[in-house]
Amino acid sequence: MSQPVLSMRNISKSFGAIKAVDDVSFDVNRGEILGLIGPNGSGKSTLFNCILGQLRPDAGHVEVNGRDVSGMRASQLNRLGVGRTFQQLSVFPKMTVFDNIILAGQEHRGTMASRLFGAPDAGLTEEADRLIGFFRLTHLRDTLAGSLSYGQQKLVDAAMAFMAGPSLVLLDEPAGGVNLTMLADLKDRLTTYNAEHGTTFVVIEHNMEFVMSLCTRIIVLAEGSVIAEGAPADIRANQTVIDAYLGG
Amino acid sequence: MTITTWSRHLLIGLMLVAAILAPVGQGNYITYVLTSWLIFSIAAMGLNLTLGYAGQVSLAQASFMAIGAYSTALLTLAGWHWMLAMPVGLVLCFVVGLVLGYPALRVQGHFLAFVTLAFNTLVFLVLRNEDWLTGGNYGLMGMPRPDFGIFKTMRQVDFYYFTLVVTVAAALVMWAIVRSPWGRAFKALRENPIRAESLGVDTRRITLLAFAIGSAYGGLAGALVTSLVQFIEPGSFSLVHSLRILLMVVVGGAGFFFGPFVGAAVVILLPEVLRFTEGYYLIIYSALVIVMLAFVPNGLLGIGAVLRERFWPSRQRADMAQGAKLK
Repeated sequence: MSQPVLSMRNISKSFGAIKAVDDVSFDVNRGEILGLIGPNGSGKSTLFNCILGQLRPDAGHVEVNGRDVSGMRASQLNRLGVGRTFQQLSVFPKMTVFDNIILAGQEHRGTMASRLFGAPDAGLTEEADRLIGFFRLTHLRDTLAGSLSYGQQKLVDAAMAFMAGPSLVLLDEPAGGVNLTMLADLKDRLTTYNAEHGTTFVVIEHNMEFVMSLCTRIIVLAEGSVIAEGAPADIRANQTVIDAYLGG
Repeated sequence: MTITTWSRHLLIGLMLVAAILAPVGQGNYITYVLTSWLIFSIAAMGLNLTLGYAGQVSLAQASFMAIGAYSTALLTLAGWHWMLAMPVGLVLCFVVGLVLGYPALRVQGHFLAFVTLAFNTLVFLVLRNEDWLTGGNYGLMGMPRPDFGIFKTMRQVDFYYFTLVVTVAAALVMWAIVRSPWGRAFKALRENPIRAESLGVDTRRITLLAFAIGSAYGGLAGALVTSLVQFIEPGSFSLVHSLRILLMVVVGGAGFFFGPFVGAAVVILLPEVLRFTEGYYLIIYSALVIVMLAFVPNGLLGIGAVLRERFWPSRQRADMAQGAKLK
């Protein structure tokens, strides 16, 4: 079996007396779309932040493509092929959609010197236009990102996460606040990208309809521990999950 | 070439012609004031990069002018040509700017403003107290102006044209920086540093560079002041001058490329224009600045956007256009 893209090994994290994450371990394999669900305060965001180096676990470590990434800065992780989206809108509002996408790729091209003396687009125009087209944003290419609708900004945010050709993308509540039409569009784009490029996704999401239809495997957290793991259909039928999270 | 680009090029060309013709028929004093405007535009250009593009507050630009001015003065007094002394000042400012950028990695906003304010005070005190090197309160005088053999800059008008060439060169370099991927990273740092970091932008390095490059521009302005006035003393680089440069950036429009030129014109040239009001000119000038900041907080170059939004509101609401496509 090939090496997992992401490995969480015995991760624990406490805030004072509260154990936010308690000895959590799991692997995410290449091409998988893993959903991380659970009630508020179950430890999903803490786990995400431990992967992304924004929190240092009290115990355990995180590996990306076999490399221990504990304590790495977000920019270093990004260069190792980890992309992410944020729960809140995280586009650069005073830049055009095109510039947002170029920015997401430029740090992966050349050196600091070539980024100063080279072409303003860092040679990424074609690639950026292809990605903008893939996310069906071509008509908005030269529009300031801040003037787009919420759903469109979510699409730009997602597109930015893919610009550098990551092997792993962490999506933090991508469906939050997005209308139904846009949501269908977003899901379609994510599944197509996954199928075409084999990119691995880890998704935190509260929208069960969205997460169940998008993900190939789901891990359920409650009070900092994994309480269930399996295919979406199995999770829906799991009595422990129904009691702890999904409800009757 | 689009109409917008074409008209922009035409406007820049006209401004350049106006700058070339400005000192024609003017006396020494007006030419001196116009040269000051160019020099302070360079200093404000540097602060505009640090503050306007990269979003890092600095109240220390005058202290970098001081470092550039004193190093150039000391070297030219020792017999160096200005063209050799000036780069030394620039490198010195770049390095000190890098060091001053470090606090910006830990503190932001008004805390950072206070750190840079303290630095400005520190430089002022060093200039005043280390008189073995700086001449103390008496300062340094008699620095020679650049001499290029066939072109000497001893006449005020010649020095104006020399400064204009340096200003255009500095503006072209700045234009290249803000249009490059570095410029995009500076803007990303200003708008959303956490997101920028997650996209691979080394925000620590970019923050330090924003300070260092902005400081080097301050150093260049200082090197020119040395030759313009041929006398420098600590009072010329005190905190109030850093605040004036900040005012230039804010009034002109932080983050607008030509903002520093407009801001420096307001701060340097407007008081001269208002001199006909005699004892009232500073009162009128202050009132105008207050009105400007109250009604156009984005600076004078932000007026266009305000008017456009008011009279031609959002010609195309992107989300509505998208909505129209949905059935």
